[in-house]
Amino acid sequence: MFEATVQNRRNRKVEGLFRLLFLWMTCMLILPVALILGVLVYRGGPAISWEFLFTQPLNNMTAGGILPALVGTVWLVVVALIASVPVGVAAALYLSEYAPDNRLTRAINLAIINLAGVPSIVHALFGLGAFVIFFRFGTSILAASLTLAVMTLPVVIVATRESLQTVPLAFREACWNMGATRWQTIRKIVLPNAISGILTGVILEVSRTSGETAPIMFTGAAFFLPFLPQGVLDQTMAMSLHLFVISTQVPDVPEHMPFGVALVLISMVLAMNGISIAFRVYLRGRKKW
Amino acid sequence: MTEASSAAGFTPAAADASAAILIEKLNLWYGDFQALLDVDLRVRAGAITSLIGPSGCGKTTLLRSVNRINERLGYVRTTGSIRLWGLDVLDPSVEVAQLRKQVGMVFQRPNPLLLSVRDNVLFGTRVHLPDGRPPNRVEGDRIVEEALRQVLLWDELKDSLDRRGTELSLEQQQKLCIARLLPVKPRLLLMDEPCSALDPAGTEAVEELIWKLRGDYTILIVTHNMAQARRASEECVFMLLGEIIEHSDTASMFLNPANDQTAAYIEGRYG
Repeated sequence: MFEATVQNRRNRKVEGLFRLLFLWMTCMLILPVALILGVLVYRGGPAISWEFLFTQPLNNMTAGGILPALVGTVWLVVVALIASVPVGVAAALYLSEYAPDNRLTRAINLAIINLAGVPSIVHALFGLGAFVIFFRFGTSILAASLTLAVMTLPVVIVATRESLQTVPLAFREACWNMGATRWQTIRKIVLPNAISGILTGVILEVSRTSGETAPIMFTGAAFFLPFLPQGVLDQTMAMSLHLFVISTQVPDVPEHMPFGVALVLISMVLAMNGISIAFRVYLRGRKKW
Repeated sequence: MTEASSAAGFTPAAADASAAILIEKLNLWYGDFQALLDVDLRVRAGAITSLIGPSGCGKTTLLRSVNRINERLGYVRTTGSIRLWGLDVLDPSVEVAQLRKQVGMVFQRPNPLLLSVRDNVLFGTRVHLPDGRPPNRVEGDRIVEEALRQVLLWDELKDSLDRRGTELSLEQQQKLCIARLLPVKPRLLLMDEPCSALDPAGTEAVEELIWKLRGDYTILIVTHNMAQARRASEECVFMLLGEIIEHSDTASMFLNPANDQTAAYIEGRYG
């Protein structure tokens, strides 16, 4: 009565097969990440030292450290954040909390998705035309950061909107039914509950921004500039471009240097992602519905 | 109406003192679909009136028209009049925030805010005060105690006012949601199946509370639960397909309904 039939055995075999297939694909996914990290640590690890992180490049970038690029990347990311976060969060608030569901709103949503799909080199050319030339910011941190901001805006908007939409409608209804305006509802209930998701989105954006090369190439990042930027209208070196330059444009760079730069860059990104995840776990633990 | 319409806010006048709600020729469309057809209804002040009828008959729509929360949907069109204490709430001069202060609403699923019990109770008060001028500590304590006593929660919760509203039991949550409405002194409470998410004990407790609140507040309650309508309301309105079929006091509706459709519904032949 309870013996397996032929069909049962066949089902079990197929079941096992698919399980194996999916497991294999998952391993394939992890493998490149592990390999990249492994190679970077193995080959770039020896390059890392206090000196490497905190001194100027020397000898045509074949020796010395990466301080101007490190500081430059921080500048670029921070200014890009200052430009994109307020705009992105405000736009997401409008789209999620105020906008009626009509053709215009749908068109805006479509535009945001398309903006996310624009190749970064196109953003670079846009930034060159708009910020460097038209607004006369010159090649500067400001122009480069604004280009990065435009490029990452969709990420901020989508992340913010998604986290706003995880706040149950019941909370909003409760507020509206007590005579609260939309803004009172947003400020007192929706934002406090959505803030963890918004911050996560922002931090992810930071990590994405810090690795971008194309958008800053024409707009503000310098090939070689062995001093630190003094303000947003200065040009600067940046980690991503520096990596590109010493890997392809400069002869006689010791082999461990590009790997070292890549390791520092990826560590920055991973550290920020780690913070983001820790933060999300912390804030999630506090909310319950 | 002209005199009242010219007032900036929404201040109830004592027109027909025995009618809290007077609805006349109310028609309501969701897009092309007409959900309410020529509804006339008079709700007695200080009484509990229950709205019964099968799903989709327009009970909730009618309830949600009274505090104009339906309008949020954008594609809703309404004709006719809804008067609360003599004032037409559909009048363009009505300040919706003031209307909703006078008309509290309780939902099917308890929806306490993700705040402490204390802040939940004070939320309504704060919404209607200028920023940075919340009730002070003493005043706030008094408001919280009074509201929680009214909903019979004070003894249970007086030592845990800092707990989150969402951590309470469902019964306590629903009582808290009622308590939250009281500090702004509403005169009408709308309840949309307030017990349907609760277990039998919770249902009984909340029904008792609703019964206790009658007199102080006019209560309009939507329910799917025949026994509940019978136990916990004084007047009963039976709706079918967007129309009011019968309206009478609860006892006589359940003992000898005037209409065959009412009888059929009450006996459980459909719904």
